[in-house]
Amino acid sequence: MDAIVIVGAGESGTRAAFALREAGYAGTVTLVGVEPHLPYERPPLSKPENGAVTMKALCSSQALLDAGVTYLHGVGATALDAGRRAVTLSDGRALAYDKLLLATGARPRKLACKGAERALDFRTYDDAKAVLSGVDTSRSVAIIGGGLIGMELAAVLRGKGLAVSVIEAAPKPLGRAVPSHFAARLHSRHSEEGVHFHLGQGVSEIRHNTVLLADGTSVPADVVVAAIGVQPEIALAEAAGLATGNGILTDAFLRTSDPDIFAAGDCVAVEQYGGGHVRFESWRNARAQAETAARNMAGAVEPFAAIPWFWSDQYDLVLQVAGLPQPDHQCVMRALPTGELAFYLDDGRLVAAASLGVGNSLAKDMKLSEMLIAASVRPDPAVLADPGVNLKALLKNAKAA
Amino acid sequence: MSWVSACQLDDIEQEGAIRFDHGGRTYAIYRGPDDRVYCTAGLCTHEAVHLADGLVMDFEVECPKHSGAFDYRTGEAIRLPACENLKTYPAEVVDGEVRVAVN
Repeated sequence: MDAIVIVGAGESGTRAAFALREAGYAGTVTLVGVEPHLPYERPPLSKPENGAVTMKALCSSQALLDAGVTYLHGVGATALDAGRRAVTLSDGRALAYDKLLLATGARPRKLACKGAERALDFRTYDDAKAVLSGVDTSRSVAIIGGGLIGMELAAVLRGKGLAVSVIEAAPKPLGRAVPSHFAARLHSRHSEEGVHFHLGQGVSEIRHNTVLLADGTSVPADVVVAAIGVQPEIALAEAAGLATGNGILTDAFLRTSDPDIFAAGDCVAVEQYGGGHVRFESWRNARAQAETAARNMAGAVEPFAAIPWFWSDQYDLVLQVAGLPQPDHQCVMRALPTGELAFYLDDGRLVAAASLGVGNSLAKDMKLSEMLIAASVRPDPAVLADPGVNLKALLKNAKAA
Repeated sequence: MSWVSACQLDDIEQEGAIRFDHGGRTYAIYRGPDDRVYCTAGLCTHEAVHLADGLVMDFEVECPKHSGAFDYRTGEAIRLPACENLKTYPAEVVDGEVRVAVN
């Protein structure tokens, strides 16, 4: 009997379990997760409605049962023997596999300063509960790290009326994944909402109720959250002798250096057309890689080619980025009543788009932009800039051409 | 079945949708490429997001947040993460006016 084991029951591992069945795989599927809960969605954790953490399960136990997926929760994988095709679990059990999927995800990067243990992480449901219940009896919060998670959390905590400070080592927040124009917009919105920024600042020590910065400034903080990014969870793969770098290295088919072991989600650095490996950290990527990996494990030979996409909710604003905008792309802005849409052209070809607007008002336009990117169009920049030109018509013309 | 006047047909672009709130509930009304009108529950069954903000292509509406999709004629969930079908309601056009039976 064929057996597939999936290590990691986050968005990617769980999606893969179902996608294997959708691809017609008939062997046994075992999903192993270290957390005690049913698999759940992480994005809502930093975007809680009414400030309360809710657990949104990815599926019911019945759905797992119906799909014939054995879900082992509260156990980790402690060793991988790729030669004998077996995974050892933290409870001592060994699982044999014909094919293995590593969906081990990522873990929060740790601060190295004195008192670092006082800072709370923000990755899991339990982390979110600890932070949001901790702030109920507090007045001030310091968030170390001005990335997407830190900024989403800042917006939520301002909404709860707390004094919020964001401490960021770089000169600007959101510098890594967000195009600078939109990063600046969001930065100023946070300032208007009363978030205190300490930029270009390292942390020298976290004390009781205070964060001490490198320049000697003390930032008051009853609660301190560390949101300085994540590191791919590669220990298991590394110990098993698989190729790793900034993630578990895979080819374009999401196959690791061992042909019977695939990987998907935050833990993967996937080979790019044209060279190098890239790791993506997003909800959509976790699902899309899971689907491709699952189909390939079930016998398909399909390169992973999804257009990267993520969104972020901050106050009433929604940011979306599709593709990978680069500073040397030609940027064309389209101003709309509820926000702005940016198109990025590489040598005339549309390769990326981004938007910032109120609520979901720009979702349609972004979806159409994504379809235009996938269609490899070379639009006239003046047409892109004109809000009177319907993107759906542009897409239909491109498809007709 | 009692009909409620929702809007004018011209208020909805072809292959488009608008949100319609009535009696404390929210609905989405679509104008299909066939120029007929359709009505479904207004919120995605995956997360409470207004579907009228989503992209309408042919007879499909896509949730603006997570790309789940539905056939708005039948309410059938046709793409994950949406897996629960949408409720549908009768809709018609009388003299350019869109009426729906949502009660």
